[in-house]
Amino acid sequence: MLFFSFYKTLIDEVVIVELKNDMSVRGTLKSVDQFLNIKLDDISVLDEIKYPHLSSVKNIFIRGSVVRYVHLPAAVVDTTLLEDASRKEAAAQAAKAGGR
Amino acid sequence: MADVATADQLDDTVVSEPLDLVRLSLSERVFVKLKGDRELRGRLHGYDLHCNLVLSDVEETIYSLDPETEELKTVVKQSEMLFVRGDAVVLISPPQRT
Repeated sequence: MLFFSFYKTLIDEVVIVELKNDMSVRGTLKSVDQFLNIKLDDISVLDEIKYPHLSSVKNIFIRGSVVRYVHLPAAVVDTTLLEDASRKEAAAQAAKAGGR
Repeated sequence: MADVATADQLDDTVVSEPLDLVRLSLSERVFVKLKGDRELRGRLHGYDLHCNLVLSDVEETIYSLDPETEELKTVVKQSEMLFVRGDAVVLISPPQRT
């Protein structure tokens, strides 16, 4: 759930999603769910000549599993907070495993 | 088993399960090998049990063979902040300690 919460803090930011088919899409992050499916608004494809398929598309839903990378604006990421949250999530997982 | 988990929570420098090694690499520069002949070098800021990662100051190296000459080609790309989906991750290597 950590990255689900993390993504929710990035809503309304402009991100570049790189898909597993090497296509990159820039757009405004509008919503995200537990599978890290993503909805983007005002999209543009980075290499329009190679991938003209989406040139008339304004907003898209991307299935989480086809995402390779998401390039984020560094200024909006609180790295210290994210590191602490990662440690907390790890501790929660360890507690869950221990209680089994 | 329950005792081990409690001991870990008290001493967070113990490596008792594989992902603890990743936890100890938080805010350090790591090397990540991915599917599709890709490698990343960057500072680790976040991870989860799927090996989803967030890295900063990332250098991505993509290896490929030129289809005609069969020569090895490397492409290097930079990114200031990158989320990496865990299903492509092959290995995560912590920084060299002396």
